[in-house]
Amino acid sequence: MIDFSFTALILLIPLFMFVVLGLFGNRFKPLVSGIAGTTGLFVMWVLSLITAYMYFFVLEKAVDGTFQKFLAVNMRWLTLTDKLHIDMGVLLDPISVMMLIVITTVSFMANLYSIGYMKGEKGYMRFFSFLSLFSFSMLGLVVATNIFQMYIFWELVGVSSYLLIGFYYTKDAAVAASKKAFIVTRFADLGFLIGILMLSYLTGTFDFITLTGPDSPAFTSGQGVWFLGLSTMTWSMIFIFMGGAGKSAMFPLHIWLPDAMEGPTPVSALIHAATMVVAGVYLVARLFPIYVSTPVALDVVMYVGAFSSIFAAIIACTQYDIKRVLAYSTMSQIGMMMFALGISGYGGHEGLGYMASMFHLFNHAFFKALLFLGAGAIIHSVHTNYMNEMGGLWKHLPITHITFLIACLAIAGIPPLSGFFSKDEILAAGLEKSTFLYLVMMIVSGLTAFYMFRLYFSIFWGKQTQYEHTPHEAPKTMTIPLLFLAVGALLTGLIPFSNFVTSDRLPFVAHLEIWVAIPAVLIALVGMVIATLFYRKENNLPEKVFLALGGFSKAAYHKFYIDELYLFITKKIIFNYISRPIAWFDRHIVDGTMNGISFVTNEISFRIRKFQSGQLQQYALVFVSGALFLALIFIYLWTN
Amino acid sequence: MFEGVPLQWFLVTGTIMFFVGIYGFLVRKNLITILMSIELILNSVNINFVAFNKILYPGHLEGMFFTIFVIAVAAAETSVAIAIIINIYRRIVNIDVEKMNEMKY
Amino acid sequence: MSFLTLFIIIPLLTIVGILLCKNHLQVKWVAVVGMSLQLITAIVLILVFLAERRAGNMAEVLFVQDNIWYETLNIHFYIGVDGVSVAMIGLTALVVFAGIFASWDIVDLPREFFTSLILLASGVFGFFISLDLFTMFLFYELAVIPMYLLIGIWGSGPRHYSAMKLTLMLMGGSALILLGMVGLYVNSAPGGGPLTFNLIQISKIHISIESQRFLFPFLFVGFGVLGALFPFHTWSPDGHASAPTAVSMLHAGVLMKLGGYGCYRVAVFLLPEAAHQMGWIFLILATIGVIYGAFGALWQKDLKYINAYSSVSHCSLVLFAILMFNQTALTGAIIQMISHGIMTALFFALIGMIYGRTHTRYINEMGGLMKVMPFLAVAYVIAGLASLGLPGFSGFVAEMTIFVGAFQNADVFHRVCTIIAASSIVVTAVYILRVIGILLLGKIRNPAYELITDAKWHDKISVVALIFGITLIGLAPLWLSDMISQGLGPIMQKLLAAAPILN
Repeated sequence: MIDFSFTALILLIPLFMFVVLGLFGNRFKPLVSGIAGTTGLFVMWVLSLITAYMYFFVLEKAVDGTFQKFLAVNMRWLTLTDKLHIDMGVLLDPISVMMLIVITTVSFMANLYSIGYMKGEKGYMRFFSFLSLFSFSMLGLVVATNIFQMYIFWELVGVSSYLLIGFYYTKDAAVAASKKAFIVTRFADLGFLIGILMLSYLTGTFDFITLTGPDSPAFTSGQGVWFLGLSTMTWSMIFIFMGGAGKSAMFPLHIWLPDAMEGPTPVSALIHAATMVVAGVYLVARLFPIYVSTPVALDVVMYVGAFSSIFAAIIACTQYDIKRVLAYSTMSQIGMMMFALGISGYGGHEGLGYMASMFHLFNHAFFKALLFLGAGAIIHSVHTNYMNEMGGLWKHLPITHITFLIACLAIAGIPPLSGFFSKDEILAAGLEKSTFLYLVMMIVSGLTAFYMFRLYFSIFWGKQTQYEHTPHEAPKTMTIPLLFLAVGALLTGLIPFSNFVTSDRLPFVAHLEIWVAIPAVLIALVGMVIATLFYRKENNLPEKVFLALGGFSKAAYHKFYIDELYLFITKKIIFNYISRPIAWFDRHIVDGTMNGISFVTNEISFRIRKFQSGQLQQYALVFVSGALFLALIFIYLWTN
Repeated sequence: MFEGVPLQWFLVTGTIMFFVGIYGFLVRKNLITILMSIELILNSVNINFVAFNKILYPGHLEGMFFTIFVIAVAAAETSVAIAIIINIYRRIVNIDVEKMNEMKY
Repeated sequence: MSFLTLFIIIPLLTIVGILLCKNHLQVKWVAVVGMSLQLITAIVLILVFLAERRAGNMAEVLFVQDNIWYETLNIHFYIGVDGVSVAMIGLTALVVFAGIFASWDIVDLPREFFTSLILLASGVFGFFISLDLFTMFLFYELAVIPMYLLIGIWGSGPRHYSAMKLTLMLMGGSALILLGMVGLYVNSAPGGGPLTFNLIQISKIHISIESQRFLFPFLFVGFGVLGALFPFHTWSPDGHASAPTAVSMLHAGVLMKLGGYGCYRVAVFLLPEAAHQMGWIFLILATIGVIYGAFGALWQKDLKYINAYSSVSHCSLVLFAILMFNQTALTGAIIQMISHGIMTALFFALIGMIYGRTHTRYINEMGGLMKVMPFLAVAYVIAGLASLGLPGFSGFVAEMTIFVGAFQNADVFHRVCTIIAASSIVVTAVYILRVIGILLLGKIRNPAYELITDAKWHDKISVVALIFGITLIGLAPLWLSDMISQGLGPIMQKLLAAAPILN
């Protein structure tokens, strides 16, 4: 057995960087803090790669041929009851090691990129310290040994996301977006918390190894019908999924993600595309054995995933802000991952969906981060977010152009780029489960190809736009991450993923299903061709189609009015009909009663005080009469 | 000297003096006369003390002592009161008791 | 002579020192020295206590001292501490220490101000170390009365009204407490023998269920008034809004904890069966308080009102947890008291500092303060994040312990209450972020604020000390929760013994 306790360093380095940069950052020159932060992340990246290498290739497998699942580090953090305690530690298993690679790679790339991208921004060191905080929290989340540790880091990622979205804190839109992101995910986290409370009450443990082990208490307890015909365990898993749905921007908790694009672009790439938003997928994957034992909860995951996927894909086709298009695309892709988990079974080839989902997560991280960083490079050079203000950029930004194209091909699922492989597995798994959902996913694939190339052509080709300043290629610190990630997007699909990450940690061989692959590629090509026709050269086709679809396209452009609905509920209903009456009730009824009591007391004493006239003789008269009166009474009593 | 004078006579005298004092205290407006009324009340009590002591407990002296105390206290009280009255007069140039209602409410 | 007496002696000596001072600066420094000593003593106490426990000294209360005070009524000066009171003393010392620095800029009558403040503090310390109901009550009153002067003289806004309201409502509460305590006293020797106020002795006897049922509401409501039990919480917004900074800090941070502590230590501990029987009524009130305070805070525009309602919500959570009657929830209740104490003290300190610079407390009149006073703004954000229960700060530890504990009660009623109470974390997030968004972020709306300066050295000491407290508990809560949880042994025994009688 190899000692993996060094993995704790992967967590501690970014924490240390955060503290140092946060407290003393303003003592350094800005560039120093950027380089320091990046160096820290580089060390972390190397350590993760070492961990992954040792875990997958050096560490001997367990007796039954599975990858081991064990605690590399574990210490008690808080004791709650005699059974329940929160530990802090590092859990290593295939998915957590995979996530380590994803997070540290993208984190490192985003950091490196930010050195150039954020140059001259105010709060340079603040940015890097927050990035370190984020890396720390995200890593803590994926290596969590128990569900409560996961919840703790879950909240911490939420706050780092809040801080980073609101990085430009003088911009009202950024402030509002950060607030929205935090509150929506917080609401989802309430579900997560309730789910944890229920689960831990039923099973008497937080520990992942116990919970997901072969004889987990979760399989036996809480099976009785509780509410709406579902068992307690099912409900608790649905509640937990609510947390995951909030973080992963699943419908209807997705509203924060597009707005979150107000943050700096490296942040969008790192947090809102590659790592944090897939936390929900990771959560479901982490608790997958329990989800399999509660089929209804797993169906919820599947339907929510499938619906979000197509919903977001439709909206993505109508947006003009390139980052928003990417945001909806992220939502759509994550929906696919959720869907893949939802259709999956446990163990062996049954678990194809699970494997596909993780595979897609892995690939998606690379190409989506690449897309965002590319978008950042474009925005950096043309100073606008809107694709209708761009065009013909291919000659100004050659490197960005090439890498962006690679990413678009990857996400569209064109072989042999990475997206093709994972999407193929998802579709194959979907077809085994239900033809209808398979068709939905096919449509999503087509739409994905369409809107990505719509984006691509509008930015790099399309109309010839005159720019105020001639756009220029980004500096090296920005192009190197682009190139690196492009290589990733090209190659990660070739990894035989089912050898490493499977639902029961037992490697199996997944074949490329040709008869699934061909239609998938075809529909992607169709999407690309349509996009080419519409956007390669400036023409009025898109407008015609937009108008032809009438109300539907308008609704899609307005994101199906979900934001308005939320605003209505929160601003109008909660503020006006709950909070305001409560404030009024408190001031007027509760406090009014208290004031009323004092008013009555005051009034009575005001009346009584008239007796106190200040006239000495009046007092004396009362006194004498009283004395006489008493004397008479006593005389009367004594004489009788 | 007072042999044969019945107790009732003293008591009647005392009572009359007492109520004259009370009457004066209640109706006179001049602080000095009010003070005088108080003296009357005190002295009526003194008469009672002395008379009771003499007739009911001939061998004892407590009543007498008490009378002396009362006289001493009355003297002290009067001097303080007059001092107050003089001060009041200096302040508001009046010693009408009805004008002095600052301490109401 | 137990060294706990130091907690009374140091403040009294400090007061004497202050009275001997010649000028304002001396007054402040004497106060600082006194309260620093107090803080050091508190830290020493915590360390010594932990060492004793580790050495295996499992006595119910440690460092006991027992002097007869008034023999006729068998009143003793009986002091001692367990894990819970040690924690509360630590909290008080920290908040008072920070409070001295936060009121550095006081101009009017500083001598009298610091005298009252420290007198108040000594009352609180006395309350936490007393084990005799009579001295407990005495110190309780000692803590409440200076409040009237502090708000009435150094307050702002409708200060006379607020001071009067606060004092009257708290006095009303203490009348109920006195009644309850006398009731306990006359019931304290059911088998004959001398009556006693001794809390430990009373806890050993069994009070008849009828008397318990009679006394419990008096004690619980009486302490509940101070612990912001709905609907007796309305003194809190007005009182806090009018009070000067350090007083708000001490009041919300420490004095309100007297309520929760009393509910736990006197009402529930001594009357467990009645607590079991009547707990549900107060549980409903507490649950209402949690959510109601949070929603109330959502609508307010005055920073201090926001924080006062938030305090109502958080303090109701303490009562809520106490009424869950299990070890985890009770531990959570105590941690919540400490956590909320430090947090809210930090909030009020910051509000005071912000008010001192902008001369307004209305959030709509401010904006973009992050730019001009980064230190205070960052501290405010930290306080806000701690308040909404972010992991890494104490609030999270407390809330999670409470919720996990509360969830151990499996029946529907408790479940529903727990879920309602837990949903307050969302509302809390909303109002905290709303304030942060309007107050600190965005553009500076009032050009006059461009010239505002950031925190001075004394502000920084105050703020840093409190933030240190929050993060210490938030990052390493195990020692605290173990210490508290051990201290809860006796009450749990009584509660467990009481439960089967009813079922």
